Amino acid sequence: MHSLSVVWHALPDILAGGAVTMVIVATALLMGLALGVPLAVGQVYGGPGIRRLIGVYVWFFRGVPILVLLFLFYGLFITLTLPVQPILICCLVLGCTSTAYQSQIFRGAIQSLPKGQLQAARALGMSDATAIGGIVLPQALRLSIPGWANEFSILLKDSAICFVLGPQDMMARTSFAAARTHEHLALYGATGVLYLLITLAILRLLKVLEVRMQVPGYAGTGQGATEWGG
Amino acid sequence: MNGIEPPVLQVEGVCKRLGGKAVLEDCSISVRRGELKVLIGPSGAGKSTLLHCINCLVVPDKGDILLEGERLDTRDKAALCAFRTRVGMIFQDFNLFDHLSALDNVAIALRKVRGMSRDDAAARAREELEKVGLGGRGGHYPAELSGGQKQRVAIARALAMDPRVILLDEPTSALDPELVGEVLSVIRALAKDGMTMVMATHQMDFARALATELLFMEHGRIIEQGTPEELLADETTRTRDFCQRLGELG
Repeated sequence: MHSLSVVWHALPDILAGGAVTMVIVATALLMGLALGVPLAVGQVYGGPGIRRLIGVYVWFFRGVPILVLLFLFYGLFITLTLPVQPILICCLVLGCTSTAYQSQIFRGAIQSLPKGQLQAARALGMSDATAIGGIVLPQALRLSIPGWANEFSILLKDSAICFVLGPQDMMARTSFAAARTHEHLALYGATGVLYLLITLAILRLLKVLEVRMQVPGYAGTGQGATEWGG
Repeated sequence: MNGIEPPVLQVEGVCKRLGGKAVLEDCSISVRRGELKVLIGPSGAGKSTLLHCINCLVVPDKGDILLEGERLDTRDKAALCAFRTRVGMIFQDFNLFDHLSALDNVAIALRKVRGMSRDDAAARAREELEKVGLGGRGGHYPAELSGGQKQRVAIARALAMDPRVILLDEPTSALDPELVGEVLSVIRALAKDGMTMVMATHQMDFARALATELLFMEHGRIIEQGTPEELLADETTRTRDFCQRLGELG
């Protein structure tokens, strides 16, 4: 009974941490979307120089562990005498990493489209920019939703590691409460459930989006893509 | 037709190498207003590549393309886009935009290239769909249409841009046999209306009946050229030989 009351008392604080976690994850996801799309376009349609540059970026942020990146950026902020704000660094690191992964999701989607789509657009006199923005991306982004849902759930879990820099996120607050009360099992159990619930809620939401965005007549794309979200 | 008017489309000495192999060698075509030139020949002869070279979807290595007497500079991107709006293209596998309804497939270039308002573009698109017999299908998406209907939407999409000439790359090859007729009848109507066209096809009956001229291609070259009557009457032509073998197979 003691465990339950500890969890009960710590819960408001942990939930407040959940809000911080969501801010970090949402910022990183949106940053990844905003930068991942242009990177993907550059990697598919850009010249050799641009492609190589993007390749190096993706290689770096997919290759270095997030834990290392967190301390690396922390050190960078100190060296540059920038004000050290843990949340900001966490958003930046997860955002840069997610940009790398999302760019590959979008690149795969763009490359999976039939070549004829771009050809037909060009044949109608569209410039490449118009053709990519008006024809290629609307189709590629639809195809990206399942991969994007996957990226979200990975990012949410990765965000827990941010607690090493001490932003007041869900994981950090749980660890404080656990250190204070020694109720590790109950507290981390509760926090684990909270992560699960957030994942479930967002995946459901993305599933609805996927079905809603589905082009009429195309069967199968929205079915059975995610066990948990469906 | 007066003699001073330049041909609508001139293709002069176009060459293309792909993967170290010459796929087009010195191909020249001249198309006057209202003519229907039909490219025939075995698969791999270069018919499709030649059509793709004409509007630079495949950039030729050598040669000139002239539209209404004006030479196309393939390095000038804006000029190339403007050129393509005046040259319609119909693809073997339709290439409709999968995420757009039939109406939007026809309207999108009017909006994004011609800068027409949404309403004007939709009105024009409805008109063009009407012409190809699909007035009631504007709200359908490509995946909800038959192959023949898709190709007719593609034709409407090309026509909406008011092209000077239309290139048709085996427009019926990907269709089930029972759907070929509906597409050919749309093309036939276009020919009767005086639309200038260059078409690659294996539909010999259609070509014989409507072509102003047949161009027989083999190994990347146009090796015979003439009216259907000339080429098919003469027993020594490759064209006649080819058509007879098509007939035997059919």
